[in-house]
Amino acid sequence: MSHMHAFSRRAFVFGSAAVAGGIAFGAYSRAEAAAPSADGNPLAAGLGPNSVTFNPWVEISPEKITLIAQHADIGQGVGSVQPIMIAEEMDLDPGQFEIRFADPSPAYFNTGFADEFAPFVAADQSPAAEEARAATLEWLRKSGLQMTGGSSTIPDTYHKLRVAGAVARETLKAAAAKRSGVAMADLRTQSGHVILPNGTKIAYVALAAEASKIPPVLDAQPRDPSNWRMLGKPMMRLDVRAKVMGELKFGIDLKTDGMLYASVKLNPSKGQPLKSYDASKAQSMPGVKKILEINNGVAVIATNSWYAMKAVDAIACEWAPSVYPAEQADHWKVLESSFKPEFLGKEWRKIGDIDTGLKTGRLVQAEYRAPYVAHQPLEPLNGIGLVTDKGMEIWVGHQSPRFVQYVAATAIGLKPEQITFHNQWTGGSFGHRLEYENVRVLAEIANQMKGTPIKLVFSREEDFLQDIPRQIALARHRGSVDRSKIVAADLQLASTAPLKGLLERSGTPSKDPDGQLAAGLWNVYYDIPNFRATSYEAQGLSPSTTWRSVGASTSGFFTESFIDELIHAAGLDPMKARIAMCTVPHYRKVLETVAEMSDWKGPLGNGRGRGVAFVESFGTPVAEVVEVTATDRGIRIDKVWVAVDVGKVVDPVNFENQVQGGVVWGLGHAINCELTYAKGAVQQTNYNHHEAMRIYQCPVIEVRGLENDPKVRGVGEPPVPPAAPALANAIFAATGRRIREMPFNKFIDFV
Amino acid sequence: MIELTVNGIKRQVDVVPEMPLLWVLRDELGVTSAKYGCGVAQCGACTVHIDGKAVRSCQSHIGEVAGKSVVTLEGLHNKDQNPVLQAWIAHQVPQCGYCQTGQIMQAISLLASIPQPTDEQINQVMSGNLCRCGTYPRIRAAIHAAAANKMAEK
Repeated sequence: MSHMHAFSRRAFVFGSAAVAGGIAFGAYSRAEAAAPSADGNPLAAGLGPNSVTFNPWVEISPEKITLIAQHADIGQGVGSVQPIMIAEEMDLDPGQFEIRFADPSPAYFNTGFADEFAPFVAADQSPAAEEARAATLEWLRKSGLQMTGGSSTIPDTYHKLRVAGAVARETLKAAAAKRSGVAMADLRTQSGHVILPNGTKIAYVALAAEASKIPPVLDAQPRDPSNWRMLGKPMMRLDVRAKVMGELKFGIDLKTDGMLYASVKLNPSKGQPLKSYDASKAQSMPGVKKILEINNGVAVIATNSWYAMKAVDAIACEWAPSVYPAEQADHWKVLESSFKPEFLGKEWRKIGDIDTGLKTGRLVQAEYRAPYVAHQPLEPLNGIGLVTDKGMEIWVGHQSPRFVQYVAATAIGLKPEQITFHNQWTGGSFGHRLEYENVRVLAEIANQMKGTPIKLVFSREEDFLQDIPRQIALARHRGSVDRSKIVAADLQLASTAPLKGLLERSGTPSKDPDGQLAAGLWNVYYDIPNFRATSYEAQGLSPSTTWRSVGASTSGFFTESFIDELIHAAGLDPMKARIAMCTVPHYRKVLETVAEMSDWKGPLGNGRGRGVAFVESFGTPVAEVVEVTATDRGIRIDKVWVAVDVGKVVDPVNFENQVQGGVVWGLGHAINCELTYAKGAVQQTNYNHHEAMRIYQCPVIEVRGLENDPKVRGVGEPPVPPAAPALANAIFAATGRRIREMPFNKFIDFV
Repeated sequence: MIELTVNGIKRQVDVVPEMPLLWVLRDELGVTSAKYGCGVAQCGACTVHIDGKAVRSCQSHIGEVAGKSVVTLEGLHNKDQNPVLQAWIAHQVPQCGYCQTGQIMQAISLLASIPQPTDEQINQVMSGNLCRCGTYPRIRAAIHAAAANKMAEK
């Protein structure tokens, strides 16, 4: 696929690594019908008098400056760093502008998916790869795919928001030049003002009306990073103070006049309908206003969330059975029998002669497992909905504004443009807020309660039961070692398809192989002469979806554990061998950095052990070393070192926090989390069953950011995948026990 | 009617006595810094102070809180000078921030009883407060910093 002409519509879809075609197609067909396009500015329509907007991210009225945070804030800092990227160029200081989340519009399509969706591994910077990425970008533009995910917050907006700010700055200068008669070149900007040579300051807001009457200076260029005032330096996240002071309102904290509260009980066999129910007990419970039947369950409307939750709990429901296996053991059986041609996802990569390679030297085989896991951000799913004769208004924190419109509209027979969406600050997501359970259910309830604002809050138990989990996966890896070298690696996995499922529920189904099942499987950068990576897509299992780091969260564990097994079989040092085998110079540097940080010198002895793992996901290479001690109370994690190359660290403090959080996420879930099905429902319904990491288990986590990658990369997810294999490899080093299945606490105790 | 004091102000609510304080605060009184996370004392996001002690408001029935004094993060005295809040800001602890009000109320209670806690003591007291974003390294650092600042003031 080395020439552009290979990218006919069809060829592109089949060649795409991550079903970009699927996303592009579904949304494209809708985008064509809708009036707005990626070239339009959605801010223009709502502009007040004497106000100006230069692009979809900047709005200035005579009273205030508003900067648009394009992505959803799911705790990763979007609501701070995106406005600051604009403010950096506009010479605005924190406190001089308001922040608003983007409305649904194709203008906010995510350019950051171009790399992930093009069918080339991230380290491939060849012209063919870049051509494919450019073609993917055009598809994204046409599709108007507005989505937060794939660690794209910074990659998507690093350039365009700084350009947006530069255009605003230069246009304001042009307006000031016109007013003052001073040449633009003699003007400068500082702290929200244009400054004339004589020292006169003109506030940006005072220039709004005049700026609206002149053409924007579209060729304005962002400044060189060496001139940055805020970016790239330790800075205060704009949301920290409000969050610490308890002043920030999350979606769940909103209240409107005349609002009633709703709670739901839905069929725990996901997606299946309600057969019958008995609400006689609930009807007379305190606070209860109404009991509603909805598509796949029941809802109670009450004067308070707790009354609603208690009453819905008292409703006896009879459910239609699950369409996937009711019992967990049968899920594993389906996976075990999915390594067959009819379930082939794709052979993603083939190097050398795998059959001959496997016959050379010593054969190593291993089977690995990763269970379903839950997202369970601490703010449960919620939302406020109001349906009137005109349409629906919905206040909900979500990562895909345009898909919210589609899902809510479809649920109650409206058109997407009749849904007015207000994005909210969210108490975490980890992929949960890419799904639509709360949106669909809220639309149904509000539609039955026309004219009354309804606040829906899922109980934690309901949130667990309806959480569409991370994919379940099983790997059967084979490899061979000969004369202290890895000769072959044949990586095969069977898994449910997370991205495909999400796309289908978003109304943009795809028949392409799920590219997320290649993540962590095919992008292996070791010099292994015979290599093959193949995915099989198990059918008929639980729906699954994107969970922080998606495919790489399972494949990264399989691949980097198995590579470790091969390295040990070859009699090599896990760190030195990885460094020696790494074929990408700046990825090798990431490994060398973590070796230096941890002062890696080989085995530690005395019940202590270190493991290393390296995974590139979403284009970001991350190496981690985990150090453990085998104590008489179990494994204790002593310390973690992390090296990450994102090309450019734009927000260093938050960068460190994100990396540490990713490590905590990866380790905690690998240690003790799984969702298992019984009678069609998950058995884990609160944090005592699905705990992840608490502070007592949290090690010291030392982080270093590198800036050698030629592109600016994201960091929300990439620190997750190496954590589990680095821990498993450390446990092997400390105890000689190779753990090949998550969660690890099924096999070994932890302190 | 059940009467209680919230952040120094006497309030009356007309709810069943079994209703957890959490939902009285959030839905009846509009005090939202106490968060609903689990409802079963597994996450600590709902932590408030009752008569000076950190408690999980999801486990405190309003009937039992009657006549008592409840303080939520909103009602902390002299917030801008509070060493715990200051340390939380200086260390930029929050990511999503949803658990942090509960973490802070727990940490204030910890430092009131153990002014200079060790890591082990922090673990013991703070392990009931879940943070899904994984801000634990910063929570630990902020508690130590707050402890140091409190000592310096004395």
